[in-house]
Amino acid sequence: MSIGTSPPRRDGLEKIVGSSLYADDLRPDGCLYGATVRSARAHARILGLRRDPAFDWTGVTLVTAADVPTNIVTLMTDDQPVLADGITRHVHEPLALVAAPTREQALAAARAVIVDYDDLPALFDPELAEGNAVKIFGDDNVFKKISIRRGTLGGRQGIRVRGRYQTGLQEQLYIEPMSMLALPRADGGFTVQGSMQCPYYIDRAVKRMLGDDRVNVVQAVTGGGFGGKEEYPSMLACHAVLLARATGRPVKITYRRDEDLRATTKRHPSIIELDTLVSPEGHILEFGARIVMDGGAYHTLSTVVLSRAILHVTGPYRAEAVALDGVCVATHTPPNGAFRGFGAPQAQWAAERHMDRVARTLGLDPLELRRRNLYKEGDITATGQMLHDPGGFAVLDRALAAAEAPVDDKTIRPGVTGAAMARGRGLALAWHGCGFTGNGEAKIKGKVALEVRDGTVHVGIASTDIGQGTETIFPQIVAEELGIDTARVQMLPHDTAQVPDSGPTVASRTAMVVGGTALAAARSLRRHLQSTARSAEHGFDALLSQLGPGATARVVETYEVDATIQWDMDTYQGDAYPCYGWSCVIVDLRVDTDTGEVIYDRVVTATDVGRALNPVLASGQIEGGTLQALGWATQEEVVLDSRGGMRNDRLTNYIIPTALDAPEMVTELVEIPFAGGPFGAKGIGEIPMDCPAAAVAQAIEAATGAALHALPMTPERVLAALETRGESR
Amino acid sequence: MIRFRCNGKDVQTEAASMSRLLDVLREEFRYTGPKEGCGEGECGACTVRIDGEPVMSCLVPVCQVEGAEVQTVEGLAQPVVHAVQSAFLQHGAAQCGICTPGFLMAAAALLDDNPHPTREEARVALAGNLCRCTGYQKIVDAVVRTIAREA
Amino acid sequence: MLACTAPVIRPQTLRDALRARADRPDATVLAGGTDVMVYIEAGVLRPSAVIDLWGCHGLRGIEVRGNELRIGATTTHSDVARDPRVPAVLRESALTVGAVQIQNRGTVGGNICNSSPAGDTLPVWLALDADFQLSSVRGTRRVAAADYWQGYKQTALAADELLTAIYLPDVEGEAHFRKVGTRMAQAISKVIFCGRRSQGVARLAFGAVGPVPLRVRAAEDALAAGAPVSEVVRLVREGIVPIDDVRSTRDYRARVAGNVVGRWLG
Repeated sequence: MSIGTSPPRRDGLEKIVGSSLYADDLRPDGCLYGATVRSARAHARILGLRRDPAFDWTGVTLVTAADVPTNIVTLMTDDQPVLADGITRHVHEPLALVAAPTREQALAAARAVIVDYDDLPALFDPELAEGNAVKIFGDDNVFKKISIRRGTLGGRQGIRVRGRYQTGLQEQLYIEPMSMLALPRADGGFTVQGSMQCPYYIDRAVKRMLGDDRVNVVQAVTGGGFGGKEEYPSMLACHAVLLARATGRPVKITYRRDEDLRATTKRHPSIIELDTLVSPEGHILEFGARIVMDGGAYHTLSTVVLSRAILHVTGPYRAEAVALDGVCVATHTPPNGAFRGFGAPQAQWAAERHMDRVARTLGLDPLELRRRNLYKEGDITATGQMLHDPGGFAVLDRALAAAEAPVDDKTIRPGVTGAAMARGRGLALAWHGCGFTGNGEAKIKGKVALEVRDGTVHVGIASTDIGQGTETIFPQIVAEELGIDTARVQMLPHDTAQVPDSGPTVASRTAMVVGGTALAAARSLRRHLQSTARSAEHGFDALLSQLGPGATARVVETYEVDATIQWDMDTYQGDAYPCYGWSCVIVDLRVDTDTGEVIYDRVVTATDVGRALNPVLASGQIEGGTLQALGWATQEEVVLDSRGGMRNDRLTNYIIPTALDAPEMVTELVEIPFAGGPFGAKGIGEIPMDCPAAAVAQAIEAATGAALHALPMTPERVLAALETRGESR
Repeated sequence: MIRFRCNGKDVQTEAASMSRLLDVLREEFRYTGPKEGCGEGECGACTVRIDGEPVMSCLVPVCQVEGAEVQTVEGLAQPVVHAVQSAFLQHGAAQCGICTPGFLMAAAALLDDNPHPTREEARVALAGNLCRCTGYQKIVDAVVRTIAREA
Repeated sequence: MLACTAPVIRPQTLRDALRARADRPDATVLAGGTDVMVYIEAGVLRPSAVIDLWGCHGLRGIEVRGNELRIGATTTHSDVARDPRVPAVLRESALTVGAVQIQNRGTVGGNICNSSPAGDTLPVWLALDADFQLSSVRGTRRVAAADYWQGYKQTALAADELLTAIYLPDVEGEAHFRKVGTRMAQAISKVIFCGRRSQGVARLAFGAVGPVPLRVRAAEDALAAGAPVSEVVRLVREGIVPIDDVRSTRDYRARVAGNVVGRWLG
């Protein structure tokens, strides 16, 4: 029995002895280095690019927009060019590429390309973007609008509570910077190899750019992604291929950290206004929301981010009637993209802070208010979905029980601690739809292949291990179903030439959807072997021996869409997700009232994971996501310069938590099985991001009386709020 | 010519004196364990040990290791996997693994000095190594629960 | 990586080091590299030559000399943190520099000569009435820490001089160190405070709140004269000149500098 146990990770040995090869560790013979020429303006016509004659261009190849066969980065809306052509819409936008024998030379060559601009007016404020005379996208700078209406508004008596909540940019900060190689193939095509989450996104993008199908994409060991390597690598791969095509040589592009910080996608900033009508007992009668998200200059995935935001903005709470409106707009800033949570953390920051505002207004205990509204069995969501086995109360009870254990204050070293500490505890709840929205999976039709050779089962999936442990849980799933040792199940390289498209490694879908497909594939494999068996056999080895020596078998399973899922894309009504994960977080912290610093003593999380396929891996995901959320809560801020670019583009100045900032964590795994997931498993990758920030804000409020409604709650903002002892922003 | 010992072997390089030790290790000696995460001594992914002490190899000019003993993660599992490496594997302390070599260097140095650190002491010793995947919880677990092997 | 191909002079003796410094006043002086290497990588420093003091004899180490503690210029922060003879506030400040890896290479001399307004040990030298020994082929002199920093990145060090040692006199009084940084480790300071008081003597030294590490004399005089804490705090806030920058704000720094002093004084 492997499911529910924690065998050490499959790729663990190579990682601990340091033999894993990440993209920048790869050194193909004759490899050149690529670098990117980037826009210095937020919005301008590009009059021309020229080489600085004072630079020694020997051995350097220059590629511009004119060299790109189809100059579109394939994703959702075809609005983003591979290299800007004639116009630049954000600072740091790629304009041209260079390749040179050394990285040093490539970087110097990129700096020696002179660009002539004709400046145009730039628009940075998302609240002024819609319909602005300055055009970035389409006629009105709107990437997407979504509205949800349910129930009738008006005609009720109650207390009106309004609030405005904001979140800023957040950088994924994978410790491995972006890196991609392109290698010319013997057949005239290209192999792309590098750091990525979605090999088939890249495959489609490069093929379309080239107008040629002779492409395969291989994932190298990847040092973290968190969504940051979902879509951006497609453009980077196109860049590497363009240089390989121009030089006939392998080319590697590895970003320096400062470039990665400046140029790659970030979490969408949000401004969310909530307007609720509540009864004196705190029941939500009417829930109104107006969401504005800033997508940056190009669409990337904005439609889907907004979608997830609006579907989570009520928090895990019942409302009689809802009127939800969301818009994602364009600004002349580097495009934003996927980051763990993908709109849901922003939405639930607002939802949870609003519950606290309602509680304060009504004079109710914040926890009691939540209990009165938390989804129960049979409740209907804003999209009209009836919830079965909602886990809100289960995670709440488990978190409260775990939080009864006394907190050990963190010992801070002399010289960095003050003596004026105010202590506080905060709690927040969240839900998170697992998998793609509505009928998204029907569109993807993800596939899993199983091949049997020499008694070993090889699993072919495009889902990539980016740290979360897919290389380990897939053998567990398949071995469990076939009744064999996990050592007999091996993962095929994630090479589009060798594995089918399982869909992207995103949306908390890999264990649940792709794992479920792998489970179905294992069953299909057994049925296939049984159908060819001469006698009625059930044991896997017995079936295999019937095949004969040297014989092989292969099945390819496609995700079977649950036909009972009803979803209307236009009205946003129906079953938004096949199932939901649930989370409760309790934060114990102290606020240094002399400095506004927040010291995290302990965080308790209780997360409904459906079924913990590998508890160590599952808890690892939760702990990592929780700390990312704490960083988002109090430390991580992107400071913009006058061109809309990132001013604090160094790790000295973009602050993520160190081991000394991190609290001790108590991680409770709750299991409310989902019948549609393998062995009951639900998606868990993103939910850890959804409620810690709000729990921190509640704790700060409990400790000091200061209520903050915008992230990050830096020491500067906390201290300012302490001084007014009231509301901040 | 700069001569030193690396992972127990005598080595030499003709790299420029101010070349970063990180680059000499990765490019010339092909020890890809130490990584470049930031190039400014903030992330710790480049951590190696010089005469036992953990340092940021992206900040050390190679001329300064003349005559010294340098160790990368590749030298830790000699002759057998180090106890802290086993502990990392056992406790799930590596997820994407990019930070792991640097952490192992810092942890091995700590444990040489202090075989039974408290969780606080471990956090202090590891504060120069950034991890974005684990939240540090299982890394601290692994370090404090490392059972030193008898020689 | 921005490769630096500058020639490196690696003197083994102090005499050779001083000779090199006299011969090449244009050269960048290198010790632990934790600042110089960052500047080179960022492209803001392109040395014409480098004088590497890391292996130079006689520059690293701590010893008692009479009633002074002599700390060699290339003594690392880790060396300082480990030595029980070193005053507690100095050991504390050493442990707040970056993290262990930085402390193992970064030197007290480098911290002083780099002269960042936010250098973590700098207010401590001021509070402890340190003297800096500056040496050249022309001889040796001592400059009080209080006279060393003269303007943003401008110091008393002549072009042919090297900082060779720091002398700490045997001073009295209760001392306190507090760094308020961007996070709990690997943090640039937003405010650094080192204070010392005993009978009739007060030192209130700060970092990151002006172009140089500084003492607020008016507040020190008031404290020594027994003024109320609120008055001392007010004078501190008046006497510092913090700015807005990418990490923090002038208002925050002013508020916090006063708060940490007030908290210490009780």
